[in-house]
Amino acid sequence: MLELTVFSLLNGLVYGLLLFMLSSGLTLIFSMMGVLNFAHASFYMLGAYLAYSISTKVGFWPGLVLAPPLVGVLGALVERYGLRHVHRYGHVAELIFTFGLAFLIQESVVLVWGKQMVDYHEPALLAFPLFSLWGTEFPAYKAFMLAVSIGIFIALFVVLTRSRVGLIIQAAITHPSQVAMLGHNVPLVFTAVFGVGTALAGLAGVIAGPVLSTFPGMAAVLGSIVFVVIVVGGLGSLAGAFIASLLIGLLQTFAVAVNYSMKDLLAAFGVATSRASMLSDLYSVTVAQIAPILPYLLLVLILIFRPTGLLGKREV
Amino acid sequence: MLDRRRFTGLAAAVAASLVALPGFAADPVRIAFIDPLSGPFAAVGTSGLRQFQFVADEINKAGGVLGGRKLEVIGYDNKVSPAESLIQLKRVIGDNIQFVVQGNSSGVANALIDAVAKNNEREPDHRVLYLNYSAVDPSLTNEKCSYWHFRFDANADMKMNALTDVIAANNNMKAIYIIGQDYSFGKAVAEAAVRDLGSKRPDIKIVGNELHPIGKVKDFSPYIAKIKASGAQAVITGNWGADMLGLAKAAEDAGLEIPFYTYYAAGNGITKAIGAGGVGKVRLVGEGAANPPMTAAWADLNKRYKAKWPDEDWTQPRTANTLHMLANAINKAGSTDPAKVAAALEGMTYKTYWGDTVTMRASDHQLQMPVRIFVHTNKNIEFDLDNSGYGLLTESTVTAEKASTPTTCKMQRF
Repeated sequence: MLELTVFSLLNGLVYGLLLFMLSSGLTLIFSMMGVLNFAHASFYMLGAYLAYSISTKVGFWPGLVLAPPLVGVLGALVERYGLRHVHRYGHVAELIFTFGLAFLIQESVVLVWGKQMVDYHEPALLAFPLFSLWGTEFPAYKAFMLAVSIGIFIALFVVLTRSRVGLIIQAAITHPSQVAMLGHNVPLVFTAVFGVGTALAGLAGVIAGPVLSTFPGMAAVLGSIVFVVIVVGGLGSLAGAFIASLLIGLLQTFAVAVNYSMKDLLAAFGVATSRASMLSDLYSVTVAQIAPILPYLLLVLILIFRPTGLLGKREV
Repeated sequence: MLDRRRFTGLAAAVAASLVALPGFAADPVRIAFIDPLSGPFAAVGTSGLRQFQFVADEINKAGGVLGGRKLEVIGYDNKVSPAESLIQLKRVIGDNIQFVVQGNSSGVANALIDAVAKNNEREPDHRVLYLNYSAVDPSLTNEKCSYWHFRFDANADMKMNALTDVIAANNNMKAIYIIGQDYSFGKAVAEAAVRDLGSKRPDIKIVGNELHPIGKVKDFSPYIAKIKASGAQAVITGNWGADMLGLAKAAEDAGLEIPFYTYYAAGNGITKAIGAGGVGKVRLVGEGAANPPMTAAWADLNKRYKAKWPDEDWTQPRTANTLHMLANAINKAGSTDPAKVAAALEGMTYKTYWGDTVTMRASDHQLQMPVRIFVHTNKNIEFDLDNSGYGLLTESTVTAEKASTPTTCKMQRF
């Protein structure tokens, strides 16, 4: 049991921190510009594919360094020459724009790299088990993922709360017109934030690609969950996104390990359920089976009982 | 200048030729391939389509069907969704296509088998024949059997029978973990495994029987941790596509070094992901063997396929049986009328590229075929998969008679 707990904890942390890297950019973009960027996960996929292409030529490490800025520049260009024009037509237009962008990136990826999974793998330097507990190995690469994610969190936190740039960004989130009045170039701040946000998504793709496989469907599998993270965490709250990511990562991982069903719960209270009952299928569904929908359940509960999210200041 | 009479004459001639065109002997026989061409299972679907088109080319090179008509396989993307498949089926019927091939997901197959039967009843002029090359839920040729459905792959029960024979032969085996995708096929595999192990080796304990959502799991590490903690000595899984790949990757990462008994753990990146860690441990049940290739014709076909698609492999040999048997049936019936072709397919025998003799059982439309157990290895591999140096080596063969399972099908005939 201890073995399962320890490894569920580790796996949950790795997954949760990956979610954080994805959602940190999204929550910044959303809170600042009010844009629900549906293409965010597509930038994540783009990061993985670009890093793959670079890694086939010059190795994994240059890919790790080069791919995220490339994705970031692409994101900034999208904001400067796409979103900014659409902005004046309101939020619905922006929503449709990013929605279309997601399809565009998706199809472009298929055109360039094909529908098959590409062989993007971890560097030989990290392809060893870091430690072995009760016979189960923990890959060094996952530890590397943990380290990068935590590093990004600290860096973001410091920049946003301790630096001048962070001050302007924070101010631009709540009072954009006043910040502009003070002589700051708010549109440039928007472009930069969008660029950095997509670059973070790209970085998440670069480091997740080798573990979660790099294939054209990779954006779709994470696309919806990141929205859950930013709503649960509270819009615009980086710390909230961090907590929500970990919460959802651990929730999903631990739920998989739990084999109890409603039947067991009822049995604990002395209620017997018969197999013939109409609801017997419902009773016997285990927590493990519903693990993937638990984050969405959490989303619904949060929206009902705490619409601002865990650490958010305004309602969704 | 054209005078009016000459103009009407010309127009009539053009109109007549346009009307006559679809009836021309050179008109291709179109076959709709309804399978995932996008989404998490796109890789499996796309390579399936390529294999079908390759076989169609082979048949066309040899003269096509009905004295010169060519076969044309057209892809319709269903995203492995039953709802999407029904929309595509409507398009297929609207396009006047009479043959549908589908294989990925028994969930889709269950929807299609009903929809095709209903369509054929309501619209006798637009009948469709459904050739299932890979959806192996046993119920499709048992309680849900249909005259308009033919299955060209061994069903999950036949395959599990062969797999459990291998497991039962290992006297040291005491604990098994079953994991699968949460839909009709995954459930059928789990049910068959529990039943077969229960009758062959009641002493083997099933320490886990798990279903996970299909195509939704990002990281299988939590499942692997659970398998490890259960103390299982082997894993049985029917996972395919991205779900098999994820499972294999996570097992490799966690250093889970127990045997895997699988249905589809090869090709489309999976063989490469398993790599050195699975040599001699990962086993797969299937039909045509590439190593050794058994016949020169089969080796030749594999080589030419590889030459055309260097990054792909011939992963689904049953596609060849499906299309060749369809072509033979069309020739035998002398028509592409689905009812006549179905009648011609019943009881038909066919010699596969790799030398097996297979028969389409008339009572339930389940192909009676030998089933083989393959092992993942890099020794004696002539045709590797994923260009990885690793491939599948035939370990044992179960004859068609032995692999056969009884049916409860009560077919309504037309």
